[in-house]
Amino acid sequence: MGSTARPRPAATADAVAAAGADSYTRIVATLIRVTGDWTLAEDSAQEALALALEKWPRDGVPDNPGGWLMTVARNRATDVLRRASVERRKLHELAGLTLTDPDTSRTDPEEEVVDDRLRLIFTCCHPALALEARVALTLRTVCGMPTADIARALLVSHATMTRRLTRAKTKIAAARIPYQVPRGPALTERLPGVLAVLYLLFTRGYEADGEPAFAAEAVRLARLLHELLPDQDEVAGLLALFLFQHSRRDARRDGEGNLLTLDKQDRSRWDRAAIREGLDVLDAVRSDGPYVLQARIAACHATAPRGEATDWRAIAGWYDELVQIHPSPVIALNRAVAHGYAHGPAAGLALLDQARATGALEDYPLAVAAQADLTARLGHPDGAAALFRRAAALLPAGAEQRALLARADDLTGGDTG
Amino acid sequence: MKYMMFVCTDAEPDTDSTGSEDIEKWVADNDSRGRRLDGHELGPVSAATTVRVRNGELLVSDGPFTETREVIVGYDILECADLDEAIDVARAHPMARHGRLELRPFAAL
Repeated sequence: MGSTARPRPAATADAVAAAGADSYTRIVATLIRVTGDWTLAEDSAQEALALALEKWPRDGVPDNPGGWLMTVARNRATDVLRRASVERRKLHELAGLTLTDPDTSRTDPEEEVVDDRLRLIFTCCHPALALEARVALTLRTVCGMPTADIARALLVSHATMTRRLTRAKTKIAAARIPYQVPRGPALTERLPGVLAVLYLLFTRGYEADGEPAFAAEAVRLARLLHELLPDQDEVAGLLALFLFQHSRRDARRDGEGNLLTLDKQDRSRWDRAAIREGLDVLDAVRSDGPYVLQARIAACHATAPRGEATDWRAIAGWYDELVQIHPSPVIALNRAVAHGYAHGPAAGLALLDQARATGALEDYPLAVAAQADLTARLGHPDGAAALFRRAAALLPAGAEQRALLARADDLTGGDTG
Repeated sequence: MKYMMFVCTDAEPDTDSTGSEDIEKWVADNDSRGRRLDGHELGPVSAATTVRVRNGELLVSDGPFTETREVIVGYDILECADLDEAIDVARAHPMARHGRLELRPFAAL
């Protein structure tokens, strides 16, 4: 029992962190619904965590840490509102928030239980807010990330980030953006916007100068969203896609921190548990939206024991579908590469020509490098070497550029003189 | 919650010609539900007059106060539960496709 033995401070800090990760979003989401005051909700949740750090090492970890945090946060919010003498109705509702069970979903007029965390996510990602504001607000309010950390990771000053968050919260109140989850066709319409925020968070976590914690938060949010909207295949697709990409986090850089392509990665360092979870999530999916298809492609890579064993025919097939429902130059390029492996370099080059016909991939280094690789495999070393050098010239100096130049030198086999 | 909906032209209207063109139907529908309180089409920008007073002096000039290609051609005052409802009302207006609509909440008292 946590309350009898005197716990070690480190162990209690872990307990606070664990309970906090589990309860923070719930507490904030519920307090926003009841009080309508975003800042009060965040401050109350933060103060509850701070009090836990102070009390739990001394008194022991309570049996229901989440319920304890909810009670403290609720009492704190009540005090502040009482001092500001807010209407009785809100205080009444606050008093009614359950002490022991942190799951305080409420029933709406149609008798459908809506999780407050889902309301919070949809409100933070409302299209009437600027995209950058949606990302910042999600990190701040849903994830509880400190404003200073968000500012640093998104490369703006602390003052700018504070203003951005304040402006977003002010707009929610002034324009009366509702604190609710859209239903029916409106849900289908709004969901891609929510997923786009998560996707941006995830990729921002993986950029060279990005904030790695963002990727972990994006995975956590996708898991939460999947739990709350289990019937939405695109949510499952996004979660699976994140899990497959995230499974390679320890293998994707070499000793000097340079990015490694899939075929160069040590596959024994891929996170098998994450891949397993991604496959399980994908298993229940019945439809093929853009995220589901990207996840299916990522699954082919994640399950190949070696690079050479990759099922390129399956990948090429998924790209054929993806390019139909989500046409983009980069997807068209990747489709050409996949077909090049699945059906031979001539097939790949034909699709590459097609992809570049719009002019969108003009001087795009990866497109030139792909053409070089396909040309080499077609048996034209001189043409390929020239293309590798052209692709290298389009890149900034660095490991990627050196790798392309090395391929050019290999092809011309020392007869450069 | 009251919203002022500015009805504006847009340099890039929708090319898709499906959808209702009937503004009267939109007006009747929203009037009957109590979601539209008032509204009117406006005269041309060429008939606009700008008025300012500076240091006690009246300054009257021809034309609108900003010269843009997109101009306000009408307005509607909406009464909606929240922004999502106002967006639903706005999207059904033919000018959502032929132009653009700006929803501005009335300031809190």
